[in-house]
Amino acid sequence: MRIGVFVCQCGTNIAGTVDTRAVAQRALDYPDVVFATDYMYTCSEPGQQEIQNAIAEHRLQGVVVAACSPRMHEPTFRRAVEKAGLNRYMFEMANIREHVSWIGQDRAANTLKAMELVRMAVEKLRRNEPLFASEVPINKRVLVIGGGVAGIQAALDCADAGLDVVLVEREQSIGGKMAKLDKTFPTIDCSSCILGPKMVDVAQKENITLHAYSEVESVSGYIGNFTVKIRKKATYVDWDACTGCGLCMEKCPSKKTVDRFNEALGVTTAIQIPFPQAIPKKARIQKDACRYFTTGKCKVCQKICPTGAVHYDMEDREVVEEVGAIIVATGYDLFDPAPYGEYGAGRYPDVITGIQFERILSASGPFGGHVKRPSDGKEPKDIVFVACVGSRDKSVDRPYCSGICCMYIAKQAILARDHLPGVNCYVFYMDIRSPGKNYDEFVRRAIEEYGVQYIRGRVGKIYPNGDRMVVQGADTLLGAQVEVEADLVVLATGVESSRGAKELAEKLRISYDQYGFYMESHPKLRPVETNTAGVYLAGACQGPKDIPASVAQGSAAAAKVLALFARDTIATDPQVAGVLESACIGCGKCLSVCPFGAIQWKTLRDGSRKADVLETVCQGCGLCNATCPPKAIQLRHFTDDQILAELDALCA
Amino acid sequence: MKNGQNLLRIQESRDAGFVERVERESGQRVSQCYQCGNCSASCAYTHVYDFPANQIMRLIQLGQKDVILRSRSIWLCAQCQACTTRCPCNIDVARVMETLRVLAVEAGAVTQKDIQLFYDEFLKSVAAFGRVFETGLLASYNMKSGKPMTDADLAPQVLRKGKLALLPHRIRGRKEVAAIVRRFMDGAPERG
Repeated sequence: MRIGVFVCQCGTNIAGTVDTRAVAQRALDYPDVVFATDYMYTCSEPGQQEIQNAIAEHRLQGVVVAACSPRMHEPTFRRAVEKAGLNRYMFEMANIREHVSWIGQDRAANTLKAMELVRMAVEKLRRNEPLFASEVPINKRVLVIGGGVAGIQAALDCADAGLDVVLVEREQSIGGKMAKLDKTFPTIDCSSCILGPKMVDVAQKENITLHAYSEVESVSGYIGNFTVKIRKKATYVDWDACTGCGLCMEKCPSKKTVDRFNEALGVTTAIQIPFPQAIPKKARIQKDACRYFTTGKCKVCQKICPTGAVHYDMEDREVVEEVGAIIVATGYDLFDPAPYGEYGAGRYPDVITGIQFERILSASGPFGGHVKRPSDGKEPKDIVFVACVGSRDKSVDRPYCSGICCMYIAKQAILARDHLPGVNCYVFYMDIRSPGKNYDEFVRRAIEEYGVQYIRGRVGKIYPNGDRMVVQGADTLLGAQVEVEADLVVLATGVESSRGAKELAEKLRISYDQYGFYMESHPKLRPVETNTAGVYLAGACQGPKDIPASVAQGSAAAAKVLALFARDTIATDPQVAGVLESACIGCGKCLSVCPFGAIQWKTLRDGSRKADVLETVCQGCGLCNATCPPKAIQLRHFTDDQILAELDALCA
Repeated sequence: MKNGQNLLRIQESRDAGFVERVERESGQRVSQCYQCGNCSASCAYTHVYDFPANQIMRLIQLGQKDVILRSRSIWLCAQCQACTTRCPCNIDVARVMETLRVLAVEAGAVTQKDIQLFYDEFLKSVAAFGRVFETGLLASYNMKSGKPMTDADLAPQVLRKGKLALLPHRIRGRKEVAAIVRRFMDGAPERG
């Protein structure tokens, strides 16, 4: 084999602590290497051209580039060598940046290590074989998990482009957190007025299949061909028959059921449609609150239902959907303020959370949009907002900024002043973070036009005094302790990852950070992709986000799916396992270790049983290769031969 | 600034070693403070401090050794630890205040002489009897601070209720306790 070695300087990134010229010189001593050089930026256009010229000029059969991590540029160089006529797998990369120059300052040691890594790559390349991808058809249906505003946007964009969309929502209605909001910042437009039409669109599009009150059970397959099992949870109401007339809710005798949609500020019935604009507008029985389920007697809803939709014997049902891509838009949950004992949320009825105040402001909320406090229904005269409750606080394991609270407090203070012009609003804040378009102007409006009193400091404790609450905080700008008496205290609870986010990530084989937010493939350049091909992210499941950013990501994820589906087939990765049948002893160990179910039995004409790899299912993890006793199953491009040759080179 | 300084030339008055010294002695990363103010919000004595707790933390970050060590706040801190409990950065603020007192004594920069006197008399009493003898401590403190009649009006009541003893109560192991106090006193200059 005739091998060429190209050592990248990466400007000063590598050349700063590695003698790249010496590395190239040394490479000429390695077997089969006929050409070696170093270059300022090998990934640049002229850098790639230099590789292609050398392939032609020196009749190279394989290329080693010693540069950065293969994560970014292996595809670049593979394309470059392919253009020059080589097979794209006759290429190896030695990582002398992340593994060498960025982590060590000793130039001599770094240079030596770079030489050894190049030598390993050369030895591996000498045993490489051309590999060829095969094409499999793409199933042009998309699954969207989560029906909040991000998921709705993604589903609608895909449906508008003509794709078949499957939308799975865990709750009874789509709409997510946005459906609970009264108004939205910085324009104060009504949340349900702008979200409602989109929710209706979802229901009306013929190419969107909505599975509400359903959860993803399992996901198998790979990009282009996923199989998803969805559990439709029992609602005890036949949604094909239910018309959403609401008669059952009028007659249901269990009228003291905690209203979760109204954040426990009000009560509802055991059979319920969560809110007037719900999509689908269908009733569901909450089993633990239903008189029939708890006492065995009642059945009022069944008797009253004009379409006979109520079925107490309904059970969870499983449906299977085949899709080619998945968009994850599972959103977020809000921090539970219980760890802040000194704030007394849960102990004092007039210390509430931001989302609860949102329901109080809402015309469809527990008080019909009249701003009253929960304890005695009095109109508050003084309201205190406390920022950063469960944000930027290491002591409760939430060191990150939730990004939305500064804005929603400003909005709520403005709305409170709109509802009750006489009310005084105070905001305790640490910093005001308002980097969005027209956001800072909005906060200034709260301060300048609406007279909201902003106090720079955190709150130490909240305690009752008569029927009012005393908020004790600091004004760090004054250097003083301050006390504010309030009728109502609103804690701006922060954003945390959605309940169940980690379990879903494991089903999807995507990664998440220490707080349960899903990891994007690249924080700047691949913000909606995951490291699992064919699975995309949208909205707050990736990290705290406001509505505009969530909608933008919903559209971005849809665009990625459309780009994927613009082709009819997808090239499979040929770096998969293969079986040498003459060596296979039919022990079946590979079948039991394969995490993807990619290996099955195959019977030869002589009746013997051999392992057989489904190449489209195999993910190339190599577990079978490591397990196989006679080493009959080998992961292509990472065979035992190749890896041992690298080790030999290292130990030589 | 208070103390008559409205302009602080922070480069001139900065003592870079001080920041490191406070962090080492207290075991706390003062650099993590982001000035939320919860320590001052929670503090029972902010109203009598010359610098609220968050400003003390800020002054440490700026290396303003002289201003801090001469401040009244570090001596008025009651070590109730409300600040420590509520600090979102997990800084033991009360521990830092205590460290600052030790450094102030070491630097001879104590402005609250009476409070230092009280601590000294307290330790002397502990060294002598193995535990504090309150009546004796009060008498010696009152005499030495030049305010002999302070709280004297309370004496009949507390004595009648048996809250204060007229004679010291000696404990076993007095020598060992005295050794601890002595070791602390002798070691003071070399700590750090």
